[in-house]
Amino acid sequence: MALTGIQIFKLLPKTNCGECGVPTCLAFAMNLAAAKAELASCPYISAESKALLSEASAPPIRPVSIGSGDNVVKIGGETVLFRHEKTFVNKPGLALMISDAMPADEVAGRIKSFNLLKYEWIGLVLRAEMIAVRNESGDAGQFAALVKKVMDETDAALILMSDSADALKAALQVSAQRTPLIYAATDGNMEAMVALAKEYKCPLAAKAANLEDLTLLTDKISAAGVKDIVLDGGARTVRGAFEEQVFVRRAALVQKNRSLGFSTIAFPCEMTKEPMKEALIAAALIAKYAGIIVLSDFQGESLFPLLVARLNIYTDPQRPMMMQQGIYPIGNPNEDSPVLVTTNFALTYFIVSGEIEASRVPSWLMVMDTEGLSVLTAWAAGKFVGDAIGQFVKKSGITEKVKHRKIVIPGFVAAVSGDLEEELGSEWEVKIGPREAAHLAPFLKLGV
Amino acid sequence: MAFAIPKTTYTGKIKEVVLGKGPKAITVGGETSYPFHLFEGEMPHPPRIAIEVYDTPPDDWSEASLEPYRDVLRDPVAWAKKAAEVYGADLIALQLVSTDPNGLNIPSDQATETAKKVAAAVDIPVIVNGSGSPEKDAELLRKVAEACDGMNLVISPVVVDNYKQIGAGAIAYKHTVAANSPIDINLAKQLNILLGNLGVPDGQIIVDPTTGGLGYGIEYTYSVMERDRMAALTQQDERLQFPIICNLAKEIWKTKEAKAEDSPLMGNAAKRGVLMEAITAQLLLLAGADVLIMRHPEAIRLVREMITDLMA
Repeated sequence: MALTGIQIFKLLPKTNCGECGVPTCLAFAMNLAAAKAELASCPYISAESKALLSEASAPPIRPVSIGSGDNVVKIGGETVLFRHEKTFVNKPGLALMISDAMPADEVAGRIKSFNLLKYEWIGLVLRAEMIAVRNESGDAGQFAALVKKVMDETDAALILMSDSADALKAALQVSAQRTPLIYAATDGNMEAMVALAKEYKCPLAAKAANLEDLTLLTDKISAAGVKDIVLDGGARTVRGAFEEQVFVRRAALVQKNRSLGFSTIAFPCEMTKEPMKEALIAAALIAKYAGIIVLSDFQGESLFPLLVARLNIYTDPQRPMMMQQGIYPIGNPNEDSPVLVTTNFALTYFIVSGEIEASRVPSWLMVMDTEGLSVLTAWAAGKFVGDAIGQFVKKSGITEKVKHRKIVIPGFVAAVSGDLEEELGSEWEVKIGPREAAHLAPFLKLGV
Repeated sequence: MAFAIPKTTYTGKIKEVVLGKGPKAITVGGETSYPFHLFEGEMPHPPRIAIEVYDTPPDDWSEASLEPYRDVLRDPVAWAKKAAEVYGADLIALQLVSTDPNGLNIPSDQATETAKKVAAAVDIPVIVNGSGSPEKDAELLRKVAEACDGMNLVISPVVVDNYKQIGAGAIAYKHTVAANSPIDINLAKQLNILLGNLGVPDGQIIVDPTTGGLGYGIEYTYSVMERDRMAALTQQDERLQFPIICNLAKEIWKTKEAKAEDSPLMGNAAKRGVLMEAITAQLLLLAGADVLIMRHPEAIRLVREMITDLMA
């Protein structure tokens, strides 16, 4: 259980040396309690206090990494209940289920989907990272063979699902170097599963029928020496799964309950047989705290919106999403096509480019670096004003793309048109566009 | 450490607002906890779903969104009836897009006639949405309010630039206003205060925080709504204790991702559009939406099931 500032203060040297960056040990203690400082900043702390405090100052939800190489899924490490309070940090891993009882062509199809379904989105690649391999056949050799196949044909971070320690051991022998998640330790098989997790240095999922039992189970697993734990509280209804996630997150952050201070794994694939509904359950679990979400299948129509939802919810609200400065062609523009300029706040770009696209008037959209500010904010901050826009336009190379010398500015910054014309010179004509992007289509259709 | 359910203590409650008139009038709001946190509070009225009806045939809809309404696209009254009777809408959301001064610019009187006919044709509550042009909406929505005297429509959107004109009409003719602000909790609160000062009773205000679609700013709406519910329920911010309405369908179906054809990468076009709409709705429900304005019957069915399951 985490300590209060005063409890931490009692363990500090109380010299007020200031070398940690704040003037007093009490202030440092308060920062430690609020997770705003690192214990390592104090050069004079005793070894004994350090051991006590390291334990107590560990993150409330333990970060765990699954996978290896370029595809490591890091989960946990969250510090807030609501994204606006700071940000959510580690996106939940999305996992595709493959069973060793599936026919070979089904397995091949799923592996193909896993490798294919990757999406470019504002300079990022959105993709699912995980495959859950389930030992449904009951046969250790068959299970290990499928794990090997998935290893050979994908870079997936793996979840090895079996009730049998022997089957898991066989699978771990071929996959341990990829640091898979072992699923799952239960009250009945705890010793064998802990032994595997320790032998192969892999994280271990703990599964119980409810959170009371899960608390007892994780205490035993921790005491046995396995620290990297992922929680499954057993709920398989929509309401139950939602509440389980809320309870675990609050227990870890509000109650400082170390027994539940871990990330979670959830199974929408076991909550409904309908793929569309499964996607909705997954979306709810993305918003509400799941660490890994296991889906029965991947289809473009459902995986794409889930990946976007995940990106949106896990976007840092303290830092705006930005576009790269540059000239963006929309709908195959040519040398006569209109030229519009806007700022590089990602949402501004999305909305403006979307409306231009909807107008079906091919255009050049010039996106200027305003440090991610929207049009009005950038204008108010003096970053989206006549001389700055003029400099950007002149250096952009747009004159190599169009014959004309007309540029459309957002209606909200009509006031800068004079300065802009002055900066660009008399051959340019500055046109005032609509104030709202929604009115771009009729504006463009009238001809610029 | 032993497990005990970690509960939040709430000090506030969302106001109850009645929409519509007569036996099919519905009440929204009344929550005493965060959305679906039924282990520590109540949600006496489940979130409701309004189906969009357009006053002019849409010319840029995808096949998937046209298909359920193909036989009624030219007739808003028939469209509203189909939405109510076939697809089980809780409310109708009449979108008077044709009045847009930057578009068809249909006169307010003509659009008011449409609103009157639609409101008379169904017995469920009706939301009347203007085009979003503050000047035109001020004129249009005042006329709609008068023509539909006493029907308790939801008049929308009411913004800081026209709240006086539209608010006065809502008071005089007894309608509910949807107070719309640009994804900002302080501006939302400010407009609620202004409407109160004008004399609009609390029971006739709901809040439209402006809805960003999936991939197009939903995270901003999501967090403004979560902050709004937090202030309303745990910080006794009385001027934020109003039900929330999200006008989401139009934000989804206009995107290129919702319109894209079938492909191995993007999957089935119709299912993708439905899921983009339904997932957006699902996220907004978790953030605190009381009324969702939606389009596709399949998305609505899925979202209804999720509401039921989350409250089961």
